[in-house]
Amino acid sequence: MNRRDSIKAIGLGTVGTGLLLESCRPGDSNKTAEETTQSSGKLPGVQDFEHARNTELNKEQFFTEHEMATITVLSDIIIPKDDYSDSASTAGVPAFIEFMVKDIPDYKLPMRGGLKWLDVQCLKRFNKVFTDCEEKEQLTLIDEIAYPLQAKPEMQQGVAFFSLMRNFTASGFFTSEIGVKDIGYIGNRPGPWDGVPEDVLKQYGFTGNE
Amino acid sequence: MKHFEIQEQDQVYDAIVVGSGAGGGMAGYVLANAGLKVLMLEAGPFFDPAKDALQLRWPWESPRRGASTVRPFGDFDAAYGGWQLEGEPYSTVDGTDFQWFRARMLGGRTNHWGRISLRMGPDDFKPTDGVTDAWPITYDEVKPFYDKVDRLIGVYGTVEGLPNEPDGIFLKPPKPRLNELFIKRGAKKAGVTVIPGRGAVLTEALPGMKGRGTCFYCGQCGRSCKVYGDFSSSSCLVIPAMKTNNLKVIDNAMVREVLTNDEGLATGVSYVSTVDMKEYSVRGKLVILGASACESARLLLNSKSKAHPGGLGNSSGLVGRYLHDSTGSSMSGFIPELIERKRYNEDGTGSVHIYSPWWLDNKKLNFPRGYHIEYGGGLHMPSYGFLDWVPSVNGQVPDKDGKKKEQGGYGISLKNDYRRFYGANVGMAGRGTALAHKDNYCEVDPNKVDKFGIPVLRFHYKWGREEVAQAKHMQETFQSIMHEMGAIITSPTYGPDTSYGLEAPGKIIHEGGTVRMGDDPKNSVLNKWCQSHDCKNLFVVDAAPFVQQGDKNLTWTILALSMRTAEHILEQRGKLNI
Repeated sequence: MNRRDSIKAIGLGTVGTGLLLESCRPGDSNKTAEETTQSSGKLPGVQDFEHARNTELNKEQFFTEHEMATITVLSDIIIPKDDYSDSASTAGVPAFIEFMVKDIPDYKLPMRGGLKWLDVQCLKRFNKVFTDCEEKEQLTLIDEIAYPLQAKPEMQQGVAFFSLMRNFTASGFFTSEIGVKDIGYIGNRPGPWDGVPEDVLKQYGFTGNE
Repeated sequence: MKHFEIQEQDQVYDAIVVGSGAGGGMAGYVLANAGLKVLMLEAGPFFDPAKDALQLRWPWESPRRGASTVRPFGDFDAAYGGWQLEGEPYSTVDGTDFQWFRARMLGGRTNHWGRISLRMGPDDFKPTDGVTDAWPITYDEVKPFYDKVDRLIGVYGTVEGLPNEPDGIFLKPPKPRLNELFIKRGAKKAGVTVIPGRGAVLTEALPGMKGRGTCFYCGQCGRSCKVYGDFSSSSCLVIPAMKTNNLKVIDNAMVREVLTNDEGLATGVSYVSTVDMKEYSVRGKLVILGASACESARLLLNSKSKAHPGGLGNSSGLVGRYLHDSTGSSMSGFIPELIERKRYNEDGTGSVHIYSPWWLDNKKLNFPRGYHIEYGGGLHMPSYGFLDWVPSVNGQVPDKDGKKKEQGGYGISLKNDYRRFYGANVGMAGRGTALAHKDNYCEVDPNKVDKFGIPVLRFHYKWGREEVAQAKHMQETFQSIMHEMGAIITSPTYGPDTSYGLEAPGKIIHEGGTVRMGDDPKNSVLNKWCQSHDCKNLFVVDAAPFVQQGDKNLTWTILALSMRTAEHILEQRGKLNI
């Protein structure tokens, strides 16, 4: 079997090449990241116990409405909409974080406690919870916990929480359809591999004969 | 249990093969193709990569985006199982450690392995340093089988003529990725050899091979391949062997013990169905174990009889002894020059594009043997946690405006950093020879059974001075390569307190040695044909017979030895010796 037959064998070969690549491209599905996360469909090759576990986790609700609202604001502070792509919450990041803390329960406490820590800080300073603060107020606090090397010792718990929140947000965003497109990953499709493109070789001082 | 009934089958198979991984798969393939009626028992479910692979799935098709919560190598990886299995525990003696990875599925761990396919060399079979025992066979005796495996299964690579790193019959290797060109450049300056990788992936059509597709470069061998473009025992051996109508597979069959008669010969095996929990026994003229090094040892130790009071084939008392994995230590970082690199598809193959075979002379070193280095990094498919490193390094290199910014951050500036740093990461991992010691072993735990009532294994494994010294050397080498390629190291500095990042025994998933071969029955369990000294119709074909593995990943040697054993069985059957 040659490469073309290989592609046929996985059921992608009956369409033209353009269509083939199109069919593998992120964004062709109408499902949002959230829908997929909540999806009840079991993929072939996923074991029954794995699927049952996913279904159970999806039924459970961990974060309160207020906590989810705070997570939504935080995720959009970390990854906002810009000229190239939409925001973290649009890409389904809050729902992803809700799933992950149930999937890895060790994250439940640091997330819940961290969100509470944030509200307590805001109440002390602004007499309001984080979500009720003005954007300027929110960012004043975020600035104190977003830069680990600069942060004051008394803000370290906030730094730890924000780092966790930042990692969750980046994971959730850049593994969503929007995020994969944004970061420019263009693989996961059948194609040839003939080494580094000529212009890139040249850019870094390679000849292609290394 | 009111009615404990064992369902016996009348048919006597020519051979019963326990396990369907590289060893069991190859034995089943050779014997079934020669016309023997073979029964294969697999503890896990049937798995056909064509249907069951999660290849070409996107990260958002997993609710955890490929995180390793359930499967140790992530949601899309093709191993059912892991270091812990529900209801199938194992124990370790205090002060020792062993992590036992088990894949319960047709094809076993070959569905997800790295496809790195290296031959052991002449010095690996017959060491010249006297540190470990010699094998009863030489490289030259195994070479014809390595050649046949190359032709049957396919492996890419290049003819290099290096000492103790034998060449094979190679398909064309994939060209290096950009990060790998940087690695090669840095390694050369650091005095470390780098050559094209050797992987069991069909980069071109394999002469004479029907039913397998060629690689289309998705880089996802770990998910197993729907077109059978890489080697899995399921796709390349067991499923084709079933088409001969001579191989029958019973899946979800957990073998309890090997049955023997009064003369001490094997007559078959008993197993429990993991689906209906009923007990079964099947009969065969030969029993061939390929259940994995530790599982085969466990099976022998649990098969006690009047003729074999210390466990089947264990008159030497060595079953379970000489357990050894590979050493492993790693380092990661990023290449500042690659920040804001151009995007293109560099998925390549799912095996290694380049690697460093062991390049030094041990006379000048404080440890025996050596290690090879595997490399990674680049524009890979996004998955859970893949950008976690960015906020901890974005303060180390100047931003677009030439100024350094504060590490961490948020907002549009951070969003841009994730984009800028993506694909600039680089990683390297050493895989080295861990010495086979009699005192590193597994045995039956006297106090514990699994959910099937089968006594479980208890491990005793400690690293020695040699393995720690090797890990130290790995870290120093990695540092020097990173430095020479202009990379910034992001992984922690591993010192003596962590044994230089040396992974726990078992973590590299290269365990072998537990049913070792040799000429002297007092000093070995199997003869040089992987046949029990004590029970002539019993064979072991996984990594258990290994006297001492080299730094080469062991799958290619398992395949070659299993083929050799199977051909020996055919020859001896002809002579009516077994």
